[in-house]
Amino acid sequence: MDKSQVEYVQRFGIFPRFLHLLVIISFLTLAVTGMALKFASERWAGFIADIFGSFETLGNLHRFMATVTFTYFGLNMILLFQNWRKSGQSIVQFCLGPNSLVPMPQDAIELIQTSKWFFGLGPQPRYGRWTYWEKFDYMAVFWGVAVIGMSGLCLWFPEQFTMIIPGYWINIATIIHSDEALLASGFIFTIHFFNTHLRPEKFPMDPVIFTGKMPLDELKHERPREYELLVAEGKLDEIRCPPAPRWFTVVSHVFGLTALTIGLTLVLAIVYSMVFLYVGK
Amino acid sequence: MLGLVLVSIAPRAYAMSTDDCLDCHSDPGLSVVKDGKKTSLTVDAKSFKSSVHAGEGCVGCHDDADVKQPPHPFPLARVKCGNCHDQISKIYAKSLHGQAMAKKDPYAPHCYDCHGKHDILPSTDKKSKTFIMNVPFTCGQCHREGQPMTKTHDIPQKNILENYSESIHGEGLYRKGLTVTAVCSSCHTAHNVLPHTDPNSSISRQNVSKTCMKCHANIEQAHTKIVRGELWEKEPNKVPACVECHGPHKARRVLYEDSLNDKFCMDCHGKKDLKIVMADGTEKSMFVDVEEFEHSIHKEKRIACVKCHVTVRFDHKDPAKPTCQVQGEVKVDCSICHADQQNKFDASTHGMLVAKNDPNAPRCTDCHGQHNIMSRNYQESPIFARNVPELCAKCHREGEKAALRYQGKQHEIIKHYKMSIHGKGLTESGLMVSATCTNCHTAHSILPANNPQSSVYRDNVLDTCATCHLGIAQKFKQSIHSPQVSQTDKKLPVCIDCHSSHSIKRVDQASFRNLILEECGTCHQHETETYFDTYHGKASLLTGGEKTAKCSDCHGSHDILPAYYSKSSLNRKNVVETCRPCHPNSNRKFTGYLTHATHHDREKYPYLYYTFWAMTGLLVSTFAFFGIHTLFWIPRSFRERFKRRRQHSHDKVFKD
Repeated sequence: MDKSQVEYVQRFGIFPRFLHLLVIISFLTLAVTGMALKFASERWAGFIADIFGSFETLGNLHRFMATVTFTYFGLNMILLFQNWRKSGQSIVQFCLGPNSLVPMPQDAIELIQTSKWFFGLGPQPRYGRWTYWEKFDYMAVFWGVAVIGMSGLCLWFPEQFTMIIPGYWINIATIIHSDEALLASGFIFTIHFFNTHLRPEKFPMDPVIFTGKMPLDELKHERPREYELLVAEGKLDEIRCPPAPRWFTVVSHVFGLTALTIGLTLVLAIVYSMVFLYVGK
Repeated sequence: MLGLVLVSIAPRAYAMSTDDCLDCHSDPGLSVVKDGKKTSLTVDAKSFKSSVHAGEGCVGCHDDADVKQPPHPFPLARVKCGNCHDQISKIYAKSLHGQAMAKKDPYAPHCYDCHGKHDILPSTDKKSKTFIMNVPFTCGQCHREGQPMTKTHDIPQKNILENYSESIHGEGLYRKGLTVTAVCSSCHTAHNVLPHTDPNSSISRQNVSKTCMKCHANIEQAHTKIVRGELWEKEPNKVPACVECHGPHKARRVLYEDSLNDKFCMDCHGKKDLKIVMADGTEKSMFVDVEEFEHSIHKEKRIACVKCHVTVRFDHKDPAKPTCQVQGEVKVDCSICHADQQNKFDASTHGMLVAKNDPNAPRCTDCHGQHNIMSRNYQESPIFARNVPELCAKCHREGEKAALRYQGKQHEIIKHYKMSIHGKGLTESGLMVSATCTNCHTAHSILPANNPQSSVYRDNVLDTCATCHLGIAQKFKQSIHSPQVSQTDKKLPVCIDCHSSHSIKRVDQASFRNLILEECGTCHQHETETYFDTYHGKASLLTGGEKTAKCSDCHGSHDILPAYYSKSSLNRKNVVETCRPCHPNSNRKFTGYLTHATHHDREKYPYLYYTFWAMTGLLVSTFAFFGIHTLFWIPRSFRERFKRRRQHSHDKVFKD
């Protein structure tokens, strides 16, 4: 099929795409600068510190990106609020609706169906707008920002926080911040990367988060429940769109693959260090 | 002295009384013109009657004036003091003064020049010209610089009176009013004044020590540090005379020409082609560069060639063409004068090598030079502080002979020293107080660090450093690391454990600050490991990490004490302030942060331990779940893709 004949639909608007861009930039920076401190004794950590000049620069960048994180978290809440207002639904309806990111019993069913499918025991489930792993990714940010953010603030302003909390809580905050960050970056750089970009269907990456557009066929095939809902509601034509300009796709790929490379490199470094730090001991 | 020799006076025939004489001689106008010069013949009755000779009467001395009826024959013969003072007179006749008199030297002193005429007082009388306080003045009548006698006579010593007054003897006399101090006559005698070249002189080489010992007993004991003891008995010729070091007057420069004069030596040794053939047939230059010697400290101290080359004997027969020969050891024995240094040196590693006749052994001359020996105060001297590192480097630089035989752990000593704060202080900042090799290792008592006598032995290091860093040493002695505070069998640190020995750095330098952790860690291993588990430690490992708190920032450096000491920087009273330089809002609870926390210790830090394992559980379960999820997804994905591709090609074939 000629590419120009491929029909496209709009999956993400400009606002969520912009938010995800902020997430990528801030998360990568936070991970790189943070892991350099966590694994300070490693050669690669020293290398990172050398690139940025000093550990103080790492700290400043880390704190700056923390504010970016709090910012996108706030913006996301605004986006949710706007979407809710637009939908004209009650908050419960909005949260439990078919386009909601809130995990629901259907997700558990799909998880089981997917597991069966892995073993050839059944067909692939008919996913809706959000698969259960996408919902997990999204909800994890809430959890992550809350946990890492709060513990991070404790570490940022220890003198102020210890006016209320005991000093050793700062130590606890360090452990929570550091291990939760390890979880978050490990998860994003392996599970999220694989689920979204690296699995054979998408390899090497899925540019939809940058272009916002996906082929209609892909929608039909991968998210049949959403497609059917759109057809039923007669909204499919509303989201039909021309393909993204070629340059935009190229830029998206360059940026996306760069981010993927950085993330994967970092996770490799972390795994290498963990093996030597804990197993080697 | 005058009073000591009392000769009984023979009864006189006429006994003309003093008053008889004074009938005429008390007249102030009584005078006579002789050779066109008016000479007063008046005698002060009062001063004569209070003089030592008052009892003798005028005719006691002027015996030719003892006539029946005045006037007496004129002129009277010169008074002969020797009539009564015959022994003194004999001594005087042989003395320099007496000989001059015999030669009719116009400046030769008569008895009365020193003792007075009619007014002679006992030397115990403060008004007497021979009273100890007045002796330098009396002698100075002729011997003061500028007097006609000094201009017409060749006296080897110059500015005698000025120098004397500044000498320790002169100071004693004039400033302290010590009547036991030495004056001219104490050394030169009163009447037997002889030149130092005369063997009979009280100041000749042989006699001068005896002369000095009249006051200064126990010279040998007092000089054991300077002059090797047994020399006094065995080889007194090697022992320098008192005045060779101390000098008679202030300028202390007298050369006893009892042996060879430098000029004689240089007649031959000043020639560049002077050589001798050694026993093994090799030729050796015997040339001595006068120019070199001119700038040496031995020249400055007027040490003659033969004072060092004591075994050189020469033939007096033909003073114009002396021949010399060595009797005994050829090598110069510096210990003759520098006994203390030699003793120290003998006990040192260098000295022990010399004793073993090791070819690598450094001798005095290897560091000090030979004829060009200079005081360490001169910049050109090899032992001038700034030149010492290079001097030691001749043997101790990597690859050189001392470095090659060295078995210890210190390497690149010279290079490290030059990079150190001491080395940079000395060479770059030009600080002459900076420590050089010899400040720590001493100059002559150099011993390896494992020798308890060594200045750099562990237990002595603190005192060695304290010679400059006293304040710090005092602080250190109050700290837990001091054996005075810690009663322990464990090894306590000394200065060099943290600061190193040769590569001592500025403590504010990044490299030093980072080194602290390592140094403290050699003993406090657990504390260091756990420190690296916390922010301060982790950041320390990264570029710029020297800024984060290091051991010493919290614990102190030289004044480290455990927290239960009230003076400790970590004591409850002080800890908030200790954190404040970096954490301006430091508060009581803030200091509860565990700077050495580890989440691996359940007993000590249960909260951290359980938090860590809870987080790890979360991490492991999440990864386990999604990891398995992904692992099963991958093969399925490939299979689906493969199926679809086959379907696709099948469709294509079908279409075609």
